[in-house]
Amino acid sequence: MESTEIMIRSDLNDRLVQALGADLRPVRRLAPPSLRVLTWLTTLGAVALALAMVSDLAAMMHRLMAAPDMWLAAMGSLLTTVFAALAAFELSLPDRKVAWALLPLPALLLWIGASGMGCLRTWSIADADPMPLDQPAHCLIYILGMSLPLSLILILMLRRGFSLRPNLTAIIGGLACASAAATLLNLIHPYDAAATDLAVHAFAIIIVIIANTIFGRRVLMSSTR
Amino acid sequence: MKIRTTVVDAETSTQKEIDRRRAAWMAAAQAGDRAAYETLLRDCIPFIARVARGQGIRPDLIDDVVQETLLTVHHARQTYDPNRSFTAWLRTIAQRRAIDGLRRTGRMRTHEIHAPLAYENHSDPSGGPEETTFHIDQTEVLNSAVGKLSGRQREAVEHLAFQSQSLAQAATITGRSIGSLRVDWHRALKTLQAHVHGKH
Repeated sequence: MESTEIMIRSDLNDRLVQALGADLRPVRRLAPPSLRVLTWLTTLGAVALALAMVSDLAAMMHRLMAAPDMWLAAMGSLLTTVFAALAAFELSLPDRKVAWALLPLPALLLWIGASGMGCLRTWSIADADPMPLDQPAHCLIYILGMSLPLSLILILMLRRGFSLRPNLTAIIGGLACASAAATLLNLIHPYDAAATDLAVHAFAIIIVIIANTIFGRRVLMSSTR
Repeated sequence: MKIRTTVVDAETSTQKEIDRRRAAWMAAAQAGDRAAYETLLRDCIPFIARVARGQGIRPDLIDDVVQETLLTVHHARQTYDPNRSFTAWLRTIAQRRAIDGLRRTGRMRTHEIHAPLAYENHSDPSGGPEETTFHIDQTEVLNSAVGKLSGRQREAVEHLAFQSQSLAQAATITGRSIGSLRVDWHRALKTLQAHVHGKH
C-alpha cells in the first residue's frame, strides 16, 4: 500500500518535470542588481536634470549649505533612494537574504534625524522665504505626482525578477520612490524646514509607500504565479 | 584527525562538483535545452525533499513542497546567475516553499480540530443497523411485487420510477404511446399497493 503511494507520488513528480520541460523557453538572464539600479537611477537623473534646468540651482545650494541639517537631510534622502532601490532589486531575486531590507535604514535615520533637527533649529535661514499657506498642498501633489512614474518604472523592473517576499520588496521599492521624489523636491522648494511642511512631506511619503505596497505587491505576486 | 579532514575535503569537493554540474545544466536550460532542464529538475528532487524534511515538513506533505519548489524554479529561472552557487539558490527557494507549507498547515489547524469523540458520536446519515435491515426488507418486498406485474406494467414502472424518466421520454424509448404508459403505470401502482399492504 505504502509502496503504491510512493509510486503515485514519484509519477506525479515525473509528470510535472515533463510538463515543465515541455513549457521551457529560452530566457534572457537578468542583469546584476547593481546594473539594474543604475538604470533606474539614470531615469531619476534625467528627471533631476530636467528640473535643474528650470530651477535656481545657486539659491538651492546656498539654502542647503546655510544650515547643516538642510544638507544632511538632502544627503539622507538621496542615500535612502540609492540604498532602498538597491535593496529592492536585491530582494527581487529569490536567493537574496532578507537582511538586504536593512540596507537603507542608516540613511533613512539620517534623513529623519536631520529633518527633525531642522524643526528644532531656532533661527531661520536667510534668503529662504516664509512658506505660503497653500505650499504644503503643492508639496503633497509634487511628491505624489513625481513618485507615480518612478514607482511604475521601478515596479515594472522589479517584476522581471522573482521575489519570494513581494510585500517587503514593494515596501522597500516604495521607500526608494518616495525618497527620490523628496530629494527632487529640493530643486523647486525654496523654503526653510518648518514643522507643518515636514509633516506634509512625511504624510506624502507614507502615502507613496502604502500605495506601492498595495499595488506593487499585487504586481509582484502576479509575476510569481 | 587527518583521515577526518581528508574525508571532509572529499565531501566538499564532491558537493562543489555537483553544484558545478547543476549550474551548467541550469545555464543550458536558460538557453532552452530541454534535456538538460529535465535532468536538472529530476536531480533536484531528492535535494528539495531533504531540505523540506530539515524544515520539519510532514512526510506526506514533502511532495507538495517538492512540486511547489520545482514550479518556482521554472518561473524564476531567469534570475539565476551562473556565477553563483545553484545549490544555494535552490536551497533558499526550497526553504521558503517549505515555510509556506508549514504556514498553510498551521492555518488549516486553526480551522480544523482533533476531536475523536465528536467524530465517533456523529450520527450516520444512512441510519443505524435496524433502519438498514428494514430498508433491505422493504426493497425485497418491492422487488418481489414488481416481479409479479405484467410485462407492460413492469416496463412502465422501470422507466418511470426506477429510471426517473418522464412520460414523454419513456414513450420515446419504449415506442409506446403516452396514454398506454399512463394506464399501465396506474394499474401497476394499484397492484403494488395491494401487494405491499397485503404483506403487512
